[in-house]
Amino acid sequence: MIERDGIASENMVKAEFPTREELERPKAVIECYKRIPCNPCETSCPFDAITVGEDINDRPVIDFDKCTGCGICVFNCPGLAITVFQINDDEVLMKIPYEFHPLPEEGDDVHVVNRAGERITKGRVHKVQAGRRQNKTALIHLSVPADYLYDAITIEVIPFEE
Amino acid sequence: MVTSECVIVGGGPAGLSAAKELLEAGARVTIIDRNERLGGQLIKQTHMFFGSEKQYASHRGIDILEYLVNDLAPYGDRLEIRTGTTVAAIYQDKVLGCLKDEKYFKIKAESVIIATGASEKALPFENNDLPGVYAAGAVQTLMNEYGIKPGQKVLMVGSGNIGLIVGYQLLQAGIEVKALVEAADRIGGYLVHASKLRRLGVPVLPKTSIKRAIGKDAVEAAEIWSLDENWQGIPGTEKKLDVDTICIAVGLSPLTELLQQTGVRVEYVRELGGNVPLLDEGYRTTVDKVYACGDVANIEEASSAMVEGRITGIHAARDLGHEVENAGFRIKALQHELYDLRGGPPGEKVRQGIKKREVLA
Repeated sequence: MIERDGIASENMVKAEFPTREELERPKAVIECYKRIPCNPCETSCPFDAITVGEDINDRPVIDFDKCTGCGICVFNCPGLAITVFQINDDEVLMKIPYEFHPLPEEGDDVHVVNRAGERITKGRVHKVQAGRRQNKTALIHLSVPADYLYDAITIEVIPFEE
Repeated sequence: MVTSECVIVGGGPAGLSAAKELLEAGARVTIIDRNERLGGQLIKQTHMFFGSEKQYASHRGIDILEYLVNDLAPYGDRLEIRTGTTVAAIYQDKVLGCLKDEKYFKIKAESVIIATGASEKALPFENNDLPGVYAAGAVQTLMNEYGIKPGQKVLMVGSGNIGLIVGYQLLQAGIEVKALVEAADRIGGYLVHASKLRRLGVPVLPKTSIKRAIGKDAVEAAEIWSLDENWQGIPGTEKKLDVDTICIAVGLSPLTELLQQTGVRVEYVRELGGNVPLLDEGYRTTVDKVYACGDVANIEEASSAMVEGRITGIHAARDLGHEVENAGFRIKALQHELYDLRGGPPGEKVRQGIKKREVLA
């Protein structure tokens, strides 16, 4: 149970996901399961796709029609609780927040983990955005096999070891 | 004797925010801080802050520190900053006895704002005095301020935001976190922080505590065990963890010792972290022109401390006879910010505590 061990259940995760049709384009998935006083996801979104509202303690609600999956909310979320997902044939393309050094590089293989921190599969890094704008929370673009859509959440801290 | 219109003791988020308001209103301000650099705990807050834009949400604490210090720059001629200076005593006529480089001097203040923050609570367990047992904040200072690793393998005790955040920062420093234990049956801090640790492989164990530290001259291992409904360890559930560092993050207590020298009324309010000063809505204590804000008044996040500091600064400036533009409107807006920050489940304890304090006052 997430309140006890920090791991969101499969049902909780799936409830935050868009439909598979919607995932043909990149969409942000927000895993902010508890009310906390925080709204940078709303204020950073250039497309007004995320609403927290008057009470900053309310949970964010995302409008997948407006979300472009740009990833700006991903590196602005203080809780690192947002990930961008997209289904591309037999692959899932992800944009994850990453705050470790050294950063992975384009083309690197990485170990992908689930929400319990267990290795589930291998992934490939496609792009690393770590400029001024990302302000030390890098945006890592990676691909993982499509089967892991609801399980993949981040990568193990590199160096990568087989 | 050196004089000052307003002496602010403590240059953390609350003190710096109060200073800005006072300076803007035209007051002469002295900030005294025992550390060599201003900023209080912000100095080591490498993570992004929560809250809204008004409290610099999604900016890092270390950057917010720069903003707060830069805000004071235009008023250099009326601002005196005394870092590396410890206030050793406050007398009832608002004379402050200060120590700098082992030299003692006095400052006479018209008003005093106490923003001394908090200290970390200790935890009793066998061998808790072994080298390698640290308060979490101390570990954060070592790592983030001085770039020193406290050890290689850590047990974190306490799942409040400090335990969760420092646990994550240990990982960022390349240190292994073997486990995070929590005595209660659920995580104390924000779940997003806990999930962040969990997905990086750190076990988060509720209803578990440390039984003892093991080691001769320093920590060589830690023994943890499960707790029953009465918070007692269950014999037979002990597990030995291979760690060289034990980090204690079991809460903060307001640092009111200095404040109490002024003769203000202090009461024990559990929800606010311990002995706290009785305050009115302007953060005035029961002694004329002595104020308290930030963690010394109630244990909370730095975002709230900044807002409290600003409200305090406005009131203190007006009490000194300075005019503050749109004071009423601005105070209302700031109070609304506090209301927002405390409005959700994490703010419940502080809300209750403040209500209790109002009744006591």
